[in-house]
Amino acid sequence: MPTSRWLPYLLIAPASVFLAVFFAVPLVQTIVLSFDGGPAGLWGNYQRMLGDLNFNVSLRNTFMLVLTVVPLQMMLAIGMGLMLQKMQRGREVVLWIWTIPLGVSDLAAGLVWLAILQNTGYLNTFLFHLGVIDGPTAWLNSETPMTLFIAVVVAEIWRSTAVVLVIIVAGLQLIPKEFGEAADIFGASAWQKLTRVTLPMLKPSLQSALILRTVLAFEVFAAVYAIGGRNIPVLVGEAYVWQRENQNYSVAAAYAVLIMVISLAATAVYLRLLRQKPEAQA
Amino acid sequence: MAAITIEGVSKRFGAAMALEQLDLTVADGEFVALLGPSGCGKTTLLRIIAGLETRSSGRVLIGDRDVSDLPPAQRGLAMVFQNYAVFPHLTVFENVAFGLRMQKRDEATIDRQVKRAADLLQIGPYLDRYPAKLSGGQRQRVAVARALAVEPAVLLMDEPLSNLDALLRLEMRAELKSVLKEAGTTTLYVTHDQTEAMGLADRIAVMHKGVIEQIDEPTRIYSKPSSLFVGGFVGSPPMNFLNLVASGGSLACDGFSMPLTHQGPVLLGFRGEDVALVEASRGVGFEVKVIEPMGSHLLLTGVVNGERIRVVAPPQADIARGMTIGLQLDAARVVVMDTQTGKAL
Repeated sequence: MPTSRWLPYLLIAPASVFLAVFFAVPLVQTIVLSFDGGPAGLWGNYQRMLGDLNFNVSLRNTFMLVLTVVPLQMMLAIGMGLMLQKMQRGREVVLWIWTIPLGVSDLAAGLVWLAILQNTGYLNTFLFHLGVIDGPTAWLNSETPMTLFIAVVVAEIWRSTAVVLVIIVAGLQLIPKEFGEAADIFGASAWQKLTRVTLPMLKPSLQSALILRTVLAFEVFAAVYAIGGRNIPVLVGEAYVWQRENQNYSVAAAYAVLIMVISLAATAVYLRLLRQKPEAQA
Repeated sequence: MAAITIEGVSKRFGAAMALEQLDLTVADGEFVALLGPSGCGKTTLLRIIAGLETRSSGRVLIGDRDVSDLPPAQRGLAMVFQNYAVFPHLTVFENVAFGLRMQKRDEATIDRQVKRAADLLQIGPYLDRYPAKLSGGQRQRVAVARALAVEPAVLLMDEPLSNLDALLRLEMRAELKSVLKEAGTTTLYVTHDQTEAMGLADRIAVMHKGVIEQIDEPTRIYSKPSSLFVGGFVGSPPMNFLNLVASGGSLACDGFSMPLTHQGPVLLGFRGEDVALVEASRGVGFEVKVIEPMGSHLLLTGVVNGERIRVVAPPQADIARGMTIGLQLDAARVVVMDTQTGKAL
């Protein structure tokens, strides 16, 4: 049949066109825009970005958030995944509850934590009734950068650990139980079983989870904005400010390109560090 | 090296009884096969001995030690799994060394024992490879080498050959037998394949519905089954059974009689190769329905008094479909079972 040769291409065409129109084109436009520095030349927008008062602090905040949130999330998700594995009954229910935050938008999640942590929020009310504090106490302003940072970390962990958990649970279920039993028989302790058998065999899932979460963590914005406003500047937040408030799309584009480059670099690092030797694959 | 003693082990899954008051002793250095159809509880029993499954009651002893409540690692045993469970992220050397490393042995000991186990299983050339580069048979050897490297008192094997193709299974069977004889390890081997059990084991324990029906040497399991189930399960073709009635101190049918004190209906069991083919007038009348030439013999399927019977004839025998021939039974090579209980009399 003459159609059969073209059928596969026909079937992937809608997705390809969609990606081209809504992803590839804007991507190219953004890159072009970022290098359109007018009289300042090719790197003009990047120079303005680097000279921005908030640039260094937003870069530092973004990296500190990624380096704090992602490792904590990985450890938490691995722990939660292993606990689920041990459960005999009600596993689906617990997994379902644990993944509820997946369905909550990051702005909404930020607002939930704002409601808990703001001056007259649930936390303070609770602490006041316990007699720990005398009245409304501020945790989230520029004078309390430490608690503000912790609040953002907590909100981010609450909001986005479920993605990692889902990937890890799927990965754990792919490991036949005989491997753990063999480890038991041959005398591995729980810790040895984890480090020598489970984690090495979970490597492909860990890699996917790390890449996905790290890329998303570099794009952290809405939850930070909801909880701290601009008291804790992050890269995407600055891009937003340049776009919305300063109406300077070109510098915003430079920020966007920088974030993309950082994400790509992180992905490359993970792919290299967690590379599975092809002959060692199951 | 040590004996395995199982005393009154039971296992309940909810309301279902998987194992019922089971007793079994495997002598030091002995090879016992647990043979039975799927769902008979043989793997459950093996996993209880290994400590991978909890028991509902009873005791498990290895040597003189009650290991019933010890974790698997402290029971002094090794196990070979059906799907091998060879770690894909470790080289063959590290796989074989796994148990020794967990025991924190020194490098020299690890090296020596890994090399010895590898030589025994002939996987020396592959020690640096990863399991993905090995064939199924080679992975099986790695799994056995890993088990033998720790010099276990007891070796448990759960259908270790069932994932191999037929030819390789035959080869590995002979090899396993010689390797285990050389190592002298007490072995309990679970299988649903009777030829495997017959070929390998010193003794076979035939399991059915959570109980051991019979435990004996392979030849006796084959020729003197203690129950209808064992006779029908072991042997290919399975044992034939004729419905007869015993009376007056003997059991008789055409051209055959033997003394029997039991009165009433019984089953007379005999193997297809234990009959002599004679003229129809001199034996039990057997009407041939199907002839299957198997190369080494002819497999005849037919009826005696309306019951289906299979017998074996020499390959050149002059027999045609539809013929009636006589079967002459040998009183020394038959078993008599109670029709009611299905147990041997």
